[in-house]
Amino acid sequence: MINSQKENACFSPDVAIVTDDISVTYNNGHTAIYDLSINLSGYTTCGLVGINGSGKSTLFKCIMGLVTPQTGSIRLGGMPVKQALKQGLVTYVPQSEDIDWDFPILVQDVVMQGRFGFMGLLRRPSIKDKEAAEAAMQRLGVGDLAKRQIGELSGGQKKRVFLARALAQQSKIILLDEPYAGVDVKTENAIMELLCELRDEGYLMLVSTHNLGTVPDYCNEVVLLNQTVIAAGATESTYNQENLEKTFGGILKHIHLGGKDLHNDEDERRVTIITDDERPAVFYGKTKEESPLKHQDSDNDEPNEKVNHD
Amino acid sequence: MIDLILEPFSYNYMNKAIFAAAIVGAVCAFLSAYLMLRGWSLIGDALSHSVVPGVAGAYALGFPYAVGAFFTGFLAAIAMAVLRHLSNLREDAIIGFVFTTFFAAGLFLISLNPTAISIETIVFGNMIGIANSDLWQIVIISAVSMVILVFKWKDLMLTFFDEIHAAAIGLPVFWLKILFFTLLSACTVASLQTVGAVLVIAMVITPGATAYLLTDRFDKLLIYSTLIGLFTAAIGAYLSYFIDGVTGALIVVFQTSIFLIVFLFAPKHGLIANKYRQKKTRNKRIINHPKRVNS
Repeated sequence: MINSQKENACFSPDVAIVTDDISVTYNNGHTAIYDLSINLSGYTTCGLVGINGSGKSTLFKCIMGLVTPQTGSIRLGGMPVKQALKQGLVTYVPQSEDIDWDFPILVQDVVMQGRFGFMGLLRRPSIKDKEAAEAAMQRLGVGDLAKRQIGELSGGQKKRVFLARALAQQSKIILLDEPYAGVDVKTENAIMELLCELRDEGYLMLVSTHNLGTVPDYCNEVVLLNQTVIAAGATESTYNQENLEKTFGGILKHIHLGGKDLHNDEDERRVTIITDDERPAVFYGKTKEESPLKHQDSDNDEPNEKVNHD
Repeated sequence: MIDLILEPFSYNYMNKAIFAAAIVGAVCAFLSAYLMLRGWSLIGDALSHSVVPGVAGAYALGFPYAVGAFFTGFLAAIAMAVLRHLSNLREDAIIGFVFTTFFAAGLFLISLNPTAISIETIVFGNMIGIANSDLWQIVIISAVSMVILVFKWKDLMLTFFDEIHAAAIGLPVFWLKILFFTLLSACTVASLQTVGAVLVIAMVITPGATAYLLTDRFDKLLIYSTLIGLFTAAIGAYLSYFIDGVTGALIVVFQTSIFLIVFLFAPKHGLIANKYRQKKTRNKRIINHPKRVNS
């Protein structure tokens, strides 16, 4: 889908992730990714979907400059990785399990970490830094929690704090690693809404996720990964049953309900449910090329949330 | 009475001992705030034991002991990194293996060269009667380390808290870690003289652990930890004049006492405060849901 805002945005050419045939083999001989090429630009939320071990986190590490591919090249906004990172072009929202929640640090200090790149040698925040951090906290609704130690927050609040840090950094490329793991449905919906807003503002977001069912709700592009790109492109055309089956092989739970089992009329359509962990992808149609159903959310999700809390 | 209290200060060697202990205690305590957070406390232990062969070798060959100590300390750090890279062994096994090997090599060197150096000086330290040249070494190492830390404490904190974000904003994560372990090796060497190789480990753990119970903010944790390290070391050295005990042991016992007091009475994370809070929420529950208490 071509976004009409694309033409009048001044920074959109600078917002891009382009990898060209990158391969990574770790020291223990394991090849994590090979010949991986993606090409993403601004005004995009891209879902990164694949099994565990499909190279999602290795791809993230390459983009963050933590792993250097043995072959191929990566350019971020037209620049090599190191230079792009120095300019603060990329920000990262970590998985909750990667954070030490007992670390003696307050919410406001975590959000302020997003501004480090703008500060001088002693990393003293300027008025502008404080304003940016404050605005980010307000936008994510964690302003009231500013003076709390991070371990005292709920799963959803924790996630919002790290999203606020990413926003405070004002980088146009945001990488999100499993943003929905361990959060309540309300936060999940809030994050999706935020991602859609940011997409309209010209951001490029790459989201790794196991929630297959919600991908069409907020991703306008998808990359299906199994050590290399299985399929990539607009969600409508790419995110279908055939490609998902190719990506996941026989690993997913896979339930077919044929038209005959569902009703007695001539309708041949069948229901196919593909699930990795929580939210299944549901396909309803005659062929494998049909797009998945969009997720029906909001009101009826509220009881679920209560169950999680008790 | 007042004469008795001031008596240690009338001796030049006591003044030097108290001063050296205080600055070493402060820098080690600063570093302890970081080590404890990453579960790296044992690495401090390993480094402190690994400097022993360096000291013994340096004495035997006539080098300044700090050079030898720093060399083997750094060698141990690299050995740990390489082993971790090449094997599937768990970190604790690697640390334990490396530091005992180095420590044994040190003891062996000393046993070959019994007259060159007293093993007690390395293992237990000896503040009283510290030579001027050694004092200068301690002062310079501590001062340089402190200046670097004042400039880099926030970058180091971010590296320890979230390495990937640190890398994402362009911080040289690898070099910051090297810097940290270089400072740690240097300060371990400096504190050898104060408390000895065995008890250095307390200097780089206990103050940080104590401060951790007192605050939820890293900047305050650094300040509390440094102050605790500074005063416990200075007071321990001072008291050793009267008690005639080993300085290092006295400092560590003193640090442990403070830790225990804080552990019990800290306002938020102390044992008593926790019990009180639990009781309070329980009472609140009795008022709100009288029937559910016993279930």
